[in-house]
Amino acid sequence: MTELSPTRQDHPPGALTSLRLPELLGKIKGEHLIYIASIMGMIVLWHLIATNFFKPQFFPGPLLVLATGEEMVASGELFEHVGISLQRILTGFLIGSAIAAPAGLIMGSVPFVRAIFDPYAQFFRFVPSLAWLTPVVLWFGIGEISKILIIVYTTVFIVLINTMVGVAHIAPNKLRAAACLGATPVKTFLHVTLPATLPFILTGMRLAMGNSFATVVAAEMIAADSGLGYLIFNSRLWMATDKIFIGIVCLGALGLITDRFFRYLVVRFAHQYGPIE
Amino acid sequence: MSAEFLVAREVSYRYPGRRGIQPAPVLSHLDLALCEGEFFCLLGPSGCGKTTVLNLMAGFLQPTAGVLTLAGRPIERPGADRTVVFQGEDALFTWLRTIDNVAFGLRMRGVPQQKRHAIAREYLHLVHLDGQESKYPSELSGGMKQRVQIARVLATDPHILLMDEPFGALDAQTRGRLQDELVEIWRKTGKTIVFITHDIAEAVLLADRVGVMTSGPGAQVGAIVPVDLPRPRRRSSPGFGEMWERINAMIESEQVDVS
Repeated sequence: MTELSPTRQDHPPGALTSLRLPELLGKIKGEHLIYIASIMGMIVLWHLIATNFFKPQFFPGPLLVLATGEEMVASGELFEHVGISLQRILTGFLIGSAIAAPAGLIMGSVPFVRAIFDPYAQFFRFVPSLAWLTPVVLWFGIGEISKILIIVYTTVFIVLINTMVGVAHIAPNKLRAAACLGATPVKTFLHVTLPATLPFILTGMRLAMGNSFATVVAAEMIAADSGLGYLIFNSRLWMATDKIFIGIVCLGALGLITDRFFRYLVVRFAHQYGPIE
Repeated sequence: MSAEFLVAREVSYRYPGRRGIQPAPVLSHLDLALCEGEFFCLLGPSGCGKTTVLNLMAGFLQPTAGVLTLAGRPIERPGADRTVVFQGEDALFTWLRTIDNVAFGLRMRGVPQQKRHAIAREYLHLVHLDGQESKYPSELSGGMKQRVQIARVLATDPHILLMDEPFGALDAQTRGRLQDELVEIWRKTGKTIVFITHDIAEAVLLADRVGVMTSGPGAQVGAIVPVDLPRPRRRSSPGFGEMWERINAMIESEQVDVS
């Protein structure tokens, strides 16, 4: 009755115990060096191409963009745009996820509900938010509501479809195990369906976050007077290509930072629900 | 021992057909009666319908004809009195630590956390998993995962353990160890066990009685062979080889009959 191979039992394959800290540090350092070298190289390349072949209005170099950025930071203009865009993105993203995740769980679990709503989900997920700009402004005015609604719309379908896929992917053995351990359908939903689907919901949310950044530009085309989308769209009129580049860089950087932060939260608080990446 | 504990009478099962095509029945007119406290192995070739029998006993499926009863009451739905140990390790709840996997059934019953953890620890001890309570299933080996499954079903104190080739995916050494441990657990707890396998040696090693299924479609329990070898059994025990040959001959003659 005793274990014949305790070492194997203590260190099962796939356990994280085998990663040593120095190795880990060395690995990260090397990888980061490549990141930094790659980014520096790209900036140098950008500079060389922009200054040698193009006029600044056509393709501004990194130094010009940096100088414009500094100006905009100093005047507070940039933070205003970034702040308002981020607020719209996060509000729309959170409302959209809060609607789509429960809806996807219920649609995935209850065939009757799925039969009612699935045709609309499948239809409207092919209609881009841009197509709704004019009707949304007509119905909801040109205020914040319209901009946030556009981002909610973008988020909802991605999170919804991912959640439904997640429900469909639950191993039948898990549901059967719960049933024979005495779980009622409602308890099975709360204690098995929900946690088993969480990785899919979180992945859907990450994808939707990316789309929210893309959509904010469209949303801020709705008669906005602030936001990165407005900055990009308005700068077009003045041929202020450097400002457009500032908007582009800010969108990319903000997206990257929020995504890393989201990923950090998942790893920190929800790692047991499944891997993310 | 009364032979009227878990009873299947004239049970047929046919998977639902599609587009008017009715598939051949998996089981037809299957009769089986288990005694309380016995270790019963259901043996048969792959695809003969062993798992269907277990799914009917668990209440996951309903027979298309006939009736299954447990202690006289018909089996209509899954219940914590008949818990299942699955072959696949995907039956564990990967987001719960070992102890919460084992305590899951108690949680469903509303047992407070401190009490259900105390009970879960007892059963983890029984399956030799002391000290593993805060690991997640992904951190456990295949054998340990099956131990968690066994502890999990025992923690709900069921009348019957239904085991669907629980050691089928394990390496030979781990399988042998878990077979020994299972017999020990069975002796300590006195539970009735229905154990499905296609491995004759495993059935002879474990069972009080072996039900040999005929190959499908329309499978039945062709013969019931009492294994009266003394315990603890070894493959080298006197009579083991003869018993193996006898059951093997039954299965082979059965397959010849069909083809």
